[in-house]
Amino acid sequence: MTPSKSSKFPFTWQAGFTALMFGFMYLPIVVLAVFSFNESPYSAGWKGFTWKWYEKFFSDSRILSALADSLTIAFLAVAIAAVIGTLMAVGLSRYRFPGKSLYQGVAFLPLIIPDISIAVATLVFLASIAIPLSGGLIQLSLGTVVAAHVVFCISYIALVVSTRLGNINPNLEEAALDLGATPVQAFVKVLLPELAPAIISGCLLAFVLSMDDFLISSFTAGGGTNTLPMEIFSRIRTGVKPDINALSVVLILASGLIFGAAEYIRYRSEQKRMSKP
Amino acid sequence: MSSPASTSPSESTVSKDLATPRWLEPFALLGPAGIWLGLMLVIPALLIFELSLVPGIRPGEVVNPSGLENYFQIFREDVYRQVVWRSLGFALGTTAICLALGFPVAYFIAQMVPKKWRNLVLVGFVLPLWTSSLLRSYAWITILRPTGVLNSFLTSLGLPALDILNRPPAVFIGMSYSLLPYMVLILYASLEKLDRRLLEAAADLGANPLQSFWKVTVPQSLPGIAAGCLLVFITGLGDFIDPELLGGASSMTMARLIYNQFLGVTRNWGFGSALSMMIVLAVSLAIALLLKYGDRSSANL
Repeated sequence: MTPSKSSKFPFTWQAGFTALMFGFMYLPIVVLAVFSFNESPYSAGWKGFTWKWYEKFFSDSRILSALADSLTIAFLAVAIAAVIGTLMAVGLSRYRFPGKSLYQGVAFLPLIIPDISIAVATLVFLASIAIPLSGGLIQLSLGTVVAAHVVFCISYIALVVSTRLGNINPNLEEAALDLGATPVQAFVKVLLPELAPAIISGCLLAFVLSMDDFLISSFTAGGGTNTLPMEIFSRIRTGVKPDINALSVVLILASGLIFGAAEYIRYRSEQKRMSKP
Repeated sequence: MSSPASTSPSESTVSKDLATPRWLEPFALLGPAGIWLGLMLVIPALLIFELSLVPGIRPGEVVNPSGLENYFQIFREDVYRQVVWRSLGFALGTTAICLALGFPVAYFIAQMVPKKWRNLVLVGFVLPLWTSSLLRSYAWITILRPTGVLNSFLTSLGLPALDILNRPPAVFIGMSYSLLPYMVLILYASLEKLDRRLLEAAADLGANPLQSFWKVTVPQSLPGIAAGCLLVFITGLGDFIDPELLGGASSMTMARLIYNQFLGVTRNWGFGSALSMMIVLAVSLAIALLLKYGDRSSANL
């Protein structure tokens, strides 16, 4: 915007400080990565290179089944939330109705209310209403975790989609309707392609948050379900475990990939938008 | 925001003969989310409120709301009062640390990094946010424990070892680490819009860098500072993982206390619900303060 005059600017210590903070942000990750290859399980010193922690964790059936539970929950919750969250965002952008601000407030409540409060409320609801009313048909299980995760996934997906909705041309859909498309056709053929990048990046965000969630899962899981964060939590409470280091590195690489994908999609859709007149 | 709202209902000429009448559309769009959120969020929240009025309830007992006893208990007993103050202290301290550490970083990225590198540097800085919060705390255990990385480093320099883990400083480190990226993101958004010409004008008029920082930069970025502090404060207030894993027994916070009332050894759902309501209340209060303050600052502009 303004011509660069950074050479004139007196606060050069900020570059050094930022570099220091970059170090702070990446120190824990580097430490995890280095120790995941360390021969010695407990010492902070370097005792030689090994792959054994990776082998140990890849053959650990508890961790693998916890990973499977987490992935199942995240995929189901994100899939459900993607549909109803997108519909909600479109509905909120389109209609004015009495109680809209209340609806909106509730919809985005999970973004600000602490997880612990949501977790507690969901547990009490399930234990004192849903389970007795359904005659035991509903039990604390993978299904209840999914139902609870959908709540915050809706908020995040709708938030990202709403931002995009504010930027697209509302006349396109009207034009499709004028040309004889049914509302459903106009929605699927005109609006949905425009929203796709936002829906996908919202889904990726919700997916990572669902995979990361510890509190809501542990309050709604019951005995039979064990998600990866729950498994990690119960292990690291009892001390430092080198195979957890290996697991961390794998998970960090995976979330790095997801993040890269999300950024790439966002970047490309922005480029496309900019190239349009 | 809702500009097409007024035009949609009048478009009934096209859709009159179609299978789905237009009046159904709002229900199709807003209904599913409404039902889901109503069942899984609104009813549970009301239930927690009701339960918070029942003293000493255990799972399976009849709910019989009888007053504010649970709330009084939080403030009557020293142990619980301390927990409330400690939670607020952790949240406020973390907010201050994040602001102090985050402002120079956000300023540097927004104002001193060449424009084409800005996004990359910012994304690079907040990237660790995408890793599991449990694993980030776990990494700090590895670093801070008595025989950990920090102490090996200190002793190799001939300095005395620090016993930080399971004490409040470890909680501050862990929470600041987790929340710093949020602060930087929000401050960046605000500092990016900073009008550099005002800084140059201030310098031309004889202000030294420190003066122009306090008189020009800070007032202009105040809404961003307020929003960043609010986000860090409310997230910090509800944080469970960092105090639990890094703080040890001496760092009991409200979130940990709630956890114990529901999943721990000493179960008291009514008391836990009251604590949960307190956290929600504190968060709402912080947001209300920001909204009031935000309105005033925008009116000033």
